Amino acid sequence: MSGIRWNITLMVSRQQTDGPRTFQSFTLDVDPEEFVLDAIERVWAFQDRSLCFRHACHHSTCGACGMLVNGTEKLTCITPIKSVTQNDAVLKIEPLRNFPVVSDLVVDMGQFYLHMDAARASQVVGLAEACLPFEKEPFESKGKKFERLVDCIECGCCVSACPAAHTSSSYLGPAVLAGIQQSNNQTADINLLEMADHQDGVWRCHSAYECSAVCPSNVDPAWRIMDLRKKIVVHRLKNLFRRKETIQHA
Amino acid sequence: MHNQPAPIHFWRWFDPRSHKPGTWAFILNRITALGLTLYLAMHLVALSQLAMGPAAYDNFIQLAKTPVIKLGELLVISAGMIHGLNGIRIALTSFGIGVRIQKQLFAGLMVLVLAGILIFAFSMFGGA
Repeated sequence: MSGIRWNITLMVSRQQTDGPRTFQSFTLDVDPEEFVLDAIERVWAFQDRSLCFRHACHHSTCGACGMLVNGTEKLTCITPIKSVTQNDAVLKIEPLRNFPVVSDLVVDMGQFYLHMDAARASQVVGLAEACLPFEKEPFESKGKKFERLVDCIECGCCVSACPAAHTSSSYLGPAVLAGIQQSNNQTADINLLEMADHQDGVWRCHSAYECSAVCPSNVDPAWRIMDLRKKIVVHRLKNLFRRKETIQHA
Repeated sequence: MHNQPAPIHFWRWFDPRSHKPGTWAFILNRITALGLTLYLAMHLVALSQLAMGPAAYDNFIQLAKTPVIKLGELLVISAGMIHGLNGIRIALTSFGIGVRIQKQLFAGLMVLVLAGILIFAFSMFGGA
């Protein structure tokens, strides 16, 4: 910790399910090196025990604490206060967009998790497969087979930031499409391509790249969506020629 | 329902706050598309003057030479260039070409647009 103290005002969204949204202000004395989640926890611990928010690991592994911080999607456990506000300023905290609000800062991510499950997005993959093709592997495998956790922590920040997701409830969303791309890389299962090849799949993406901009975990969903499009087009072209061959043989 | 996706939330497409260049490009493409559609409708109405005789058409041509209309035409040219060049960027990145440099592509193309606007502005107003 730096030893410097800042006085900030946390404006926290308060809301019960479909009820009206209000903002409640809490004044806090903080160290600017602290994280946004620390400030939220302190509000809950010392000022208002009724405040609802999700968190678990405090080190960007669980993906539970995604919120809107001053209008931008952040994983609050790794967002230093000094990076999003300044002394004597306001820090506005809201729930992620495009998910139903359960209470205050907690959103219902049930449907999102079901879609991730349908995409068969693995949690653990081989070292090389976990990296994006333009990334260097973190260490040389020297012929040995290593595995690691995939980057996506299912925090939902990408879905919240995506403009296409603002207006379409049936859109699969960036995280699910990135999960499909990664699963397809591993399994080459064409059913996965078909799962993404419709108007609420890869073709709903309007190339705003906001998902990759807010992703706290290096998933780069936008790159994966574009890669998935390529795979789908190649798959469609192959199907087209296969059908022609079948007709000629018949 | 405020927080859930709904078509009524289309206004959020146009909110540039806290967003990155990819979204600015997304917003610009929508605004220019709406502008060009509106222009097309106005253009068809203007062309219908042809059917009302030579006098009506001459009056319209006189109006078209006024600075306000010429400024409007410059806006149409600008919108066409922004939408067209950004459209090329989207078409390329949509199939995996230049995805990792999409921000630089956007910036580069907008510099081209700016140069184009200046050239057109000079040719339209420079000799006036």
